[in-house]
Amino acid sequence: MSKVAIIDYGMGNLRSVAKAIEHVASDATIVVTADPAEVLSADRVVFPGQGAMPDCMRELDARGLRPAVLEAARNKPFLGICIGQQMLFEHSEEGNVPGLGIFKGEVRRFPADKMVAADGSRLKVPHMGWNEVWQKQAHPLWAGIEDGARFYYVHSYYVDPADQAIVAATTDYGIPFTGAVAQANIFAIQFHPEKSAQAGLQLLSNFMCWKP
Amino acid sequence: MLAKRIIPCLDVSAGRVVKGVNFVELRDAGDPVEVARRYDEQGADEITFLDITASSDDRNIILHVVEQVAEQVFIPLTVGGGVRTVDDVRRLLNAGADKVSINTAAVNNPQVVADAAGKVGSQCIVVAIDAKQVAPGKWEVFTHGGRNRTGLDVVEWAQKIASLGAGEILLTSMDRDGTKNGFDLGLTRAVSDAVSIPVIASGGVGSLDHLADGVTLGRADAVLAASIFHFGDHTVREAKELMRARGIEVRL
Repeated sequence: MSKVAIIDYGMGNLRSVAKAIEHVASDATIVVTADPAEVLSADRVVFPGQGAMPDCMRELDARGLRPAVLEAARNKPFLGICIGQQMLFEHSEEGNVPGLGIFKGEVRRFPADKMVAADGSRLKVPHMGWNEVWQKQAHPLWAGIEDGARFYYVHSYYVDPADQAIVAATTDYGIPFTGAVAQANIFAIQFHPEKSAQAGLQLLSNFMCWKP
Repeated sequence: MLAKRIIPCLDVSAGRVVKGVNFVELRDAGDPVEVARRYDEQGADEITFLDITASSDDRNIILHVVEQVAEQVFIPLTVGGGVRTVDDVRRLLNAGADKVSINTAAVNNPQVVADAAGKVGSQCIVVAIDAKQVAPGKWEVFTHGGRNRTGLDVVEWAQKIASLGAGEILLTSMDRDGTKNGFDLGLTRAVSDAVSIPVIASGGVGSLDHLADGVTLGRADAVLAASIFHFGDHTVREAKELMRARGIEVRL
């Protein structure tokens, strides 16, 4: 039986993530935990995040979780969600803070001057709602998910990887931006699979049986 | 492209979905989990619960409702009604709400918007505005179901709460609410053009075309309706099909 740890560092409600995984993997042991030992003993790890990235980084370190996250990201099937994706990068414009630096690149805010729709109306920030996710590489986590399927996003910042080879999906919102990155055992997404109805549940189900 | 959202709104009282016209003759309309699941299956993009529980003793019941729905319905949930403090916001989020809507408390104390956004993030904070037209092209913020005027200009208020950190605005025309004559499109357009955060149009939907008008003419980012879906007149899917036929990007 597979054990999945959802890392809880006090930023946001992780109940929905846990319930969605439970829904697709009823035989899995799911722990929502702030204990580094639990993270290290899990078979797979989910790294979520909500709110502002500076707060997330501070709370992660306040709980002494950074080494466990870095270790898990080295060898376990690892799913970053939302700020949990952004934190894997080197640096964020939000609060001008460094991230964990697993991936090279910057977390940027949507550029105000580019936020115009085709009909001339203003594109709102946060980018909130269901948008198309265009797959840029074949990946086990896309199994059974149509290219261009809609997922639920809510964010004002997005990752801009230095290495385009890790881009697993893009989405258009004023500009094309990176919606998912993948490298070895890590898959990280800006959108919320736990709030993305069937497509989201499929992705979580794929993650739960992923053998990178 | 980002899809325009359709959001069914459920009135919940003492743990049950109720429906009525203008809060009169409230009738039991079922179990919130069942109703929410039905809307999810029809393709609703989000669901909003408005807690209209009259007794403060029963206030905590909504938390159990949210917990149960969030365990089974995997789309965003917004909860509003009687939210006064940052602690109220936290409790609802911890129960499984994705967004919490603040109305009267924001008018009484705008700082609560900033405090809540600072604690849980702007993306979780919706400010609900009840608006009434007071002159051509001018609307005032009202509270308590349209009974109490506040002296606040709706457009200025919308800009203020956006600057305080609200992530979204739920804009209801009290003139249109319950009329089935369609959204107040002038109001919707004025607010949507004035702020950089998403605006949900509400109040007055009587036909599927009204929903589409809210997006095309009102420039709303999302449209909310209650009775048109509750009374079985139309499904969310029908609404989306019509919107798509009118050239609006939707999730189908």
